[in-house]
Amino acid sequence: MKFIDEYRDPKAAAGYARALRRITTRPWTLMEVCGGQTHAIVKFGVDELLPPEVELVHGPGCPVCVTPLELIEKALEIAATPGVIFCSFGDMLRVPGRTDDLLSVRARGGDVRVVYSPLDAVALARANPDREVVFFAVGFETTAPANAMAVFQAAQSGVKNFSILVSHVLVPPAMEAILSSPKSRVQGFLAAGHVCTVMGITEYEPLAARYRVPIVVTGFEPLDILQGVYMCVKQLEEGRAEVENQYARAVRHDGNVPAQLLMGEVFRIAPRKWRGVGEIPKSGLALAAPYTAFDAELRFGVAEHSADEPTECCSGQIMQGLMKPHECPAFAARCTPEHPLGATMVSSEGACAAYYRYRRLKAPPLQEKVVVHGH
Amino acid sequence: MATDLVSGVTCAVPISDHTHVLMAHGGGGRLTNQLIDGLFLPAFGNPAGHAHHDGAHLHLGGARLAFSTDSYVVQPLFFPGGDIGTLAINGTVNDLAMCGARPQFLSVGFVIEEGLPMASLTRIVSSMRAAALAAGVTVVTGDTKVVDRGKGDGVYLNSAGVGLIEYDGVIAPASVRPGDVVLLSGDIGRHGMAVMAAREGLQFESAIESDCAPLAEPVLALIDAGVTIHCLRDLTRGGVASATVEIAEATGLHIRMNEQAMAIREDVRGACEILGFDPLYVANEGRFIAFVPEAEASRALEILRRHAVSREAVAIGTVSEEPRGLVTLKSHIGATRIVDMLSGEQLPRIC
Repeated sequence: MKFIDEYRDPKAAAGYARALRRITTRPWTLMEVCGGQTHAIVKFGVDELLPPEVELVHGPGCPVCVTPLELIEKALEIAATPGVIFCSFGDMLRVPGRTDDLLSVRARGGDVRVVYSPLDAVALARANPDREVVFFAVGFETTAPANAMAVFQAAQSGVKNFSILVSHVLVPPAMEAILSSPKSRVQGFLAAGHVCTVMGITEYEPLAARYRVPIVVTGFEPLDILQGVYMCVKQLEEGRAEVENQYARAVRHDGNVPAQLLMGEVFRIAPRKWRGVGEIPKSGLALAAPYTAFDAELRFGVAEHSADEPTECCSGQIMQGLMKPHECPAFAARCTPEHPLGATMVSSEGACAAYYRYRRLKAPPLQEKVVVHGH
Repeated sequence: MATDLVSGVTCAVPISDHTHVLMAHGGGGRLTNQLIDGLFLPAFGNPAGHAHHDGAHLHLGGARLAFSTDSYVVQPLFFPGGDIGTLAINGTVNDLAMCGARPQFLSVGFVIEEGLPMASLTRIVSSMRAAALAAGVTVVTGDTKVVDRGKGDGVYLNSAGVGLIEYDGVIAPASVRPGDVVLLSGDIGRHGMAVMAAREGLQFESAIESDCAPLAEPVLALIDAGVTIHCLRDLTRGGVASATVEIAEATGLHIRMNEQAMAIREDVRGACEILGFDPLYVANEGRFIAFVPEAEASRALEILRRHAVSREAVAIGTVSEEPRGLVTLKSHIGATRIVDMLSGEQLPRIC
């Protein structure tokens, strides 16, 4: 298939792996930021092609994984409210709150629907004027413009029975939180390509300069990732710390400016809790003043609800690159997709789920590799 | 790191312990199996039934019969390449074929929602007639119920069927041996994506058509030619992944598959990429896998390729001892990964 097969070509992959081996002289730890990249790495076995010196740790870029428990609880409460049509992207449905998930709310009679676009939820609100339609606005900068557009259109056309439960998070503050941790092992980043299609690459330049860390904006196919790793290692070997764009076929330097303007109109920067990590200042989006009427938290009176994270799940350490899924004592034993202790096991893009699904076979060798790197 | 799933105050609820039935209990993955193993088998388990097989093997008055039943709740009722009626006939025909039987007599039950246009019902019945004719089966008994408007999605169908087992050996996971070759009868993922595209109103350049078709002919051809068949499985819910994982787990053997060998049509791959689905898990209604000894694999392929429904049959994998009970896949770029069963429904991803 065009635009897919070219980026999964085994010969080209082997060629990149050889080139990478030639330039690598010492151990490097890189983090791929996005859960989609983690999934591709583990699914296609991209890390098996890397030289032993190069280790990939998995970043926080899984929107399902970082949505805090209290927001899931708010979603469950709103979804169970009579008269509400609760709309969500598919993979939020299985994420466990304290005792429940949205699929169970649906099984007990809640009207929970999967939509492919927040604009579908606005259309549902128009078609059901006697019902309250709530959209679970989850995600990074990638999904924010469409969610902003849904609110903007609802406001423009006077759709009053539509609201969104906002759980938007931003990538650069999370990368900064990881870099500023004294425990951080990350020496270079593969930045999330799709986020940068919206935001461009300029906001990463201060990070690269301040923390002396190469940041390569990278795509999602095996060859994208191999090339991203190559560019990142090349910078490290040459002592450079720059922002480079591997994903130039999709990412422009300035990103999608109209989308950014719309986000700026509808949302404001706000502090956000990250599941397993805690609150990071200025790391998320909330509805801006002219649009707070569309805030589901206010409309359903759940804004003050809070919920403490369970302590036994180490997804926070995994998402900060401090630990790999199979190093968690609960992995594949007490924590499985059927019995998830945390969202990284539940979401299809979560690092733990990816390891569980594709990698149980390989756990012991990887563990040895990590120990070697510890020295 | 204390974890207590029993008291579980702060833990996530295990999805296998739900107090209400979830959609995933019918999804053909782990939850379905838990329902079968935890509820149905303890209640109904007996030597004739093979709970995780497509049908029962019965000995009746000297004859060896295969007996199978299936229900159909597909939405929308009509989709490119078929409708609920063709599914109801071919589904049961194929379950019988997977037992090594020649499908012969079918029953059909209709649960019709009040208000279903008579034209729709007529169209479904005429599809069933055509499908039965094509598969060489006769519908000999049936039942009709009508439920209140709003209590059914137009129509639900159930079909059951019997056929004489023509294969002398035992076609079952227990017969699978290390060294067996896994044959796949054609491209995968078409039915699931055809229904998904029709349901969600996804527009592609040309409509993805379901692969819905009867499979008895190529299976009987293998039997007639004297090919040793160890196991057969049609790749319905859960796709090629769930079928192979079930067999690997049942036999305790390792199945190694080659991703590159599996044909997936461009439009199906495109739809899967857009929705974040893995075609290995997408349902088929006219595809099966066959486990045959290595020495007979090329002859079996030759026979399969003589039939339209299995013209593109290929070898996709082999069976070995280790690692036990697992399915692994050689990926496009040459690395190896595990193939696992889904624990719930495949859900479209956020981004």
